[in-house]
Amino acid sequence: MEFLWDFFVAPFLDMIDFPIFLAEVAVSGLLTGVMYSLVALGFVLIFKASQVFNFAQGAMVLFAALTLVGLIEHGLPIWGALPVTAIVMVGLAFAIERGMLRPLINQPPITLFMATIGLSFLLEGAGEWAWGSNVKALDLGIPNSPVDVGGMLLNEFDLIAALVAAVLVAALALLFQHTPMGRALRAVADDPQAALSLGISLRTIWIIVWSVAGIVAIVAGIMWGAKSGVQFSLSLIALKALPVLILGGLTSVPGAIVGGLIIGLGEKIAEVYWGPVIGGAIENWFAYMLAMLVLMFRPQGLFGEKIIERV
Amino acid sequence: MTVPLESPAGGGGDAVAAPEALLRLDSVEVVYDHVISVLRGVSITVPEGAIVALLGPNGAGKTTTLKAISNLLRVERGDITGGEIHFRGERIDKLAPGDLVRRGIIQVMEGRRCFPHLTVHENLLTGSYTRKDGKAAVRSDLERVYGHFPALGERRRILAGFISGGEQQMLAIGRALMSRPAMVLLDEPSMGLAPQVVARIFSEVRQLNEEEGVTFLLAEQNANMALGVAGYGYILESGQIALEGTAAELHGNPAVREHYLGLSHAAAQSADEGGRAG
Repeated sequence: MEFLWDFFVAPFLDMIDFPIFLAEVAVSGLLTGVMYSLVALGFVLIFKASQVFNFAQGAMVLFAALTLVGLIEHGLPIWGALPVTAIVMVGLAFAIERGMLRPLINQPPITLFMATIGLSFLLEGAGEWAWGSNVKALDLGIPNSPVDVGGMLLNEFDLIAALVAAVLVAALALLFQHTPMGRALRAVADDPQAALSLGISLRTIWIIVWSVAGIVAIVAGIMWGAKSGVQFSLSLIALKALPVLILGGLTSVPGAIVGGLIIGLGEKIAEVYWGPVIGGAIENWFAYMLAMLVLMFRPQGLFGEKIIERV
Repeated sequence: MTVPLESPAGGGGDAVAAPEALLRLDSVEVVYDHVISVLRGVSITVPEGAIVALLGPNGAGKTTTLKAISNLLRVERGDITGGEIHFRGERIDKLAPGDLVRRGIIQVMEGRRCFPHLTVHENLLTGSYTRKDGKAAVRSDLERVYGHFPALGERRRILAGFISGGEQQMLAIGRALMSRPAMVLLDEPSMGLAPQVVARIFSEVRQLNEEEGVTFLLAEQNANMALGVAGYGYILESGQIALEGTAAELHGNPAVREHYLGLSHAAAQSADEGGRAG
């Protein structure tokens, strides 16, 4: 009986008794969620435009962070290292188009998926070969200290990270919805062959989306790297993005964002309120269990693109 | 010099020999997946300003012929293994689809293939992707397309996935027109549409041809409709041209009447001699 009370009633009483603390937990969960969203966003962009499930997205995050930190260690200021890293990621997009996508054109999706697994090993290896495999600190000069926002104590770094992510997403939305290039990208996502018949070059589009995914990887790499150090385990956050994708749907940009927020929020609240009851560590598996539930009841994801079919 | 039934198959100086030929295919062969032979020496001539029909049963190679011209074969693992294709005297069978669109050849694919998650307006704009002549020119062409297809104008803010099949066919044609083509390769525009809608689309094709001088190569199973607008026609069977002639000649041919126009006659016993003549 006592367990049932602790599990089903007490957490909610706690929430009601200390609403400000609940708000703090919720906001800090959402802020972590933003960072999941960023990784998931890279997957969605590439999947939409080229139907490739890019397993290497996590490795791209690691590679971007390693390159940035390596350049800073070699004496570049961060504002010099950033554009150089961006150029490296765009160069990588060209190399991937030339060396992987073009030779594998017309191959089944599973072949391309396997190729991206190979790519992830290549990137992890190349990054560590070039910049070394020790854990590196990425100091952006943003204090990791709490600030008071309307009575809530929030982490300043998280707030800035969320702001940067919001700006990035807004910029992407603008690019996709309101430029000829964005229109071409969406056309390719809908029907690559029809787009080709209008003279839209699939190669150009692929280079663009892989470049954009590379830029998103830089932002994600900076945030995660500054939080937990730049190290091999960064490439594993791709695994954390998978439940986000299942929740949000593989083809939906808003889905990736909302999915990340839901998972960040859910796991933080579960950890804080239910963690003590069942012994903690909920954060480690909460996302996957949520993803499983979604798969059982709504396999296309909460926001998966509706297939428009007229009968 | 009298013009024979066969088109003037040029040897050397083509541009001089046949100044009116906008597009010429010379014994084009296409193989899929390195083994499946689909086109076995197809020769077609399309004069500037004409509407030419490409008729034939399902699987004869009509779509493959059009895709060989627009170079959309590669993505389906098809390859041109023989023959040549010339457009305005220039050899084009090695050019990328984008380069062909820039030169004025565009294909409207079978099944319309509008972008369902883009609005009608955005779909039209994707057709102007290769153009470099500025926003004002594109805008005036948009109004021209809306003028030809008023139904599209009323629905410009609606996602293309939600408009009717006939409207989608108009949208696909309008989208192609946005590239300012000299020549449109129109694949099976009648597919899955009601007869009245088909009639409207064909009358629009004729109007575009007469008023704007757009040349059409029209692949159709609906031979009746196609020969109604086309001046000349080819009949494709198993990857080869079985017969060709003016629309009137084809209409009068007993084999064509029997097999493609659905006009059964007692006199249809000569079907086979006629059908294999070309």
